[in-house]
Amino acid sequence: MSKLSLLTSGIIKNNPTFVLVLGMCPTLATTTSAINGFGMGVATLFVLTMSNIVISLVATQVPDKVRIPVYIVVIAAFVTILQLLMQAFTPGLYATLGIFIPLIVVNCIVLGRAEAYASKNSVTDSAMDGIGSGIGFTLALTVIGLVREILGSASIFGVKFMDSDGILAFVLAPGAFIVLGYLMVLFNKLKSKIS
Amino acid sequence: MEYIIIVISAVFVNNILLSQFLGVCPFLGVSNKVSTAAGMSGAVVFVIALATLTTYILQYYVLVPLGIEFMQTVAFILVIAALVQMVEIILKKISPSLYQALGIFLPLITTNCAVLGLAILVVSKEFSFGGAPHMLNMVESVVYATSSAVGFGVAMILFAGIREQQELSNVPKAFQGTPIALITAGILALSFMGFAGLV
Amino acid sequence: MAKESSLKNMVSTLFIVCLVSSTLLGGVYAITKEPIEAAAIAKTNSSISQVVPAFDNDPSADVFTKEFDGNSYKIYPAKKGGEIVGYAVETFSTNGFGGRIVIMVGFNLDGTIFNTSVLSHSETPGLGDKMVEGKSTFSVQFKGKNPADFKMSVKKDGGDVDAITASTITSRAFCGALESAYEVYKLCVQIQTNKENGNE
Repeated sequence: MSKLSLLTSGIIKNNPTFVLVLGMCPTLATTTSAINGFGMGVATLFVLTMSNIVISLVATQVPDKVRIPVYIVVIAAFVTILQLLMQAFTPGLYATLGIFIPLIVVNCIVLGRAEAYASKNSVTDSAMDGIGSGIGFTLALTVIGLVREILGSASIFGVKFMDSDGILAFVLAPGAFIVLGYLMVLFNKLKSKIS
Repeated sequence: MEYIIIVISAVFVNNILLSQFLGVCPFLGVSNKVSTAAGMSGAVVFVIALATLTTYILQYYVLVPLGIEFMQTVAFILVIAALVQMVEIILKKISPSLYQALGIFLPLITTNCAVLGLAILVVSKEFSFGGAPHMLNMVESVVYATSSAVGFGVAMILFAGIREQQELSNVPKAFQGTPIALITAGILALSFMGFAGLV
Repeated sequence: MAKESSLKNMVSTLFIVCLVSSTLLGGVYAITKEPIEAAAIAKTNSSISQVVPAFDNDPSADVFTKEFDGNSYKIYPAKKGGEIVGYAVETFSTNGFGGRIVIMVGFNLDGTIFNTSVLSHSETPGLGDKMVEGKSTFSVQFKGKNPADFKMSVKKDGGDVDAITASTITSRAFCGALESAYEVYKLCVQIQTNKENGNE
């Protein structure tokens, strides 16, 4: 596979959210607005790429039976670094995303890519894979956030486009499930049209 | 009285799954049958109760005294992973029948974000149950976490019941699988919103 | 591919991984400690500058506390050319829907509210969090109002405040926080006038 197709595979064909249905908790919880979704996506992209790189570097040295604990420690370390950096430089966003930053540790996408890809492939390929999946996740979260923001608070990226409060339910929990469900339907339709 | 409020609030009003989105992966993944959903819920309640107790002790008797609260995420996930492994081994030895019922779900629980999520929540946030907001003490933490886990179970079993019925109905092709499950979950979340204001 | 597992190499690998990552984290923690503190101070300062008229002193340096109703409140005096132009009171309510709400409230010297700024809260996104400035017109209605003649409670309870739709609890808590801020402010002004009288 060429480097470019490694990158794009995570965006469309193996989109973590719409196709693999991984990492649902942050997807549903942090997409109350487009900017929040984007922030969460980028945070995950960072952890995913860094942990993929480190894990592909050390994979050959790690005994098979302690593989998973080692991966978890590596991922948790990067998540903590991210937490500290965000507290220092983007405190507002950190406060909004709250508990879902530490929960990147248990996001199945990160451990999934580490186990399924990074542990068996070269450093550059793993980095590419991490960036690709990360971008796919970020795009998905931004789109969900955008739809929920348009419907739920009548604004786009924080800018009001009409003088109205929007349909409250879309910002709250039920809206998250329903918007994601319908977007998945749309994604399935488009994919079957293309192929 | 306070404990009753904690339980009602955690199970219904602030249902961990439907209003806080913790543990959605198993919610969608293993909710095809009521029996598996019940098994998973049992395992989750068991592990969450133990994990919250352990991480509470870890936080207040190790991390805080040493001034290394920033190690929280790493320490908690390691303890939870080890705990799940240990529960699996012990259960296999002392109660093979319980192990048969819960065993296959245990490995999945390490990456159930409800476990880590609750462990972090109870030591980082103030709660107010009728009274003034305060940090939870050990007993309150465990009660809150366990009842949240029960709330997870309630939502999970209800959802599995609905999905069993859905199997028999004619769902449009593009909606089959996860999309219809998500939309159903949305409607379930909508009905759980009716509990808001109960406490 | 992956190595064979033996007790020795399993224990040593885990040990090394934990050691390396905790050293690394300790390093990052030490580096980010100052920026994290600076960010917290910057947040307080920026909310102070939003809620009081233009000033040229450092309110955080002049901060003092006042006891009211068994709680202590932080007060940041804003001065221009040595003259006090307003007070920012850090107030709170414990009755929010999601628990504690902390608000910075700025008063002019005549007792009118200059502006408000929410410092921290855990209200529901899309509902209670509309009290945050810029997210709805809720917080705007307090500007220029004097709590002495503006009844600081929601219309449902017979006051003058338009509550946030579907968030009466948050609105009540917000009003409560402002109410106690006003009481604290009155304590400061009293002292201020006493001092002036003494000087004369």
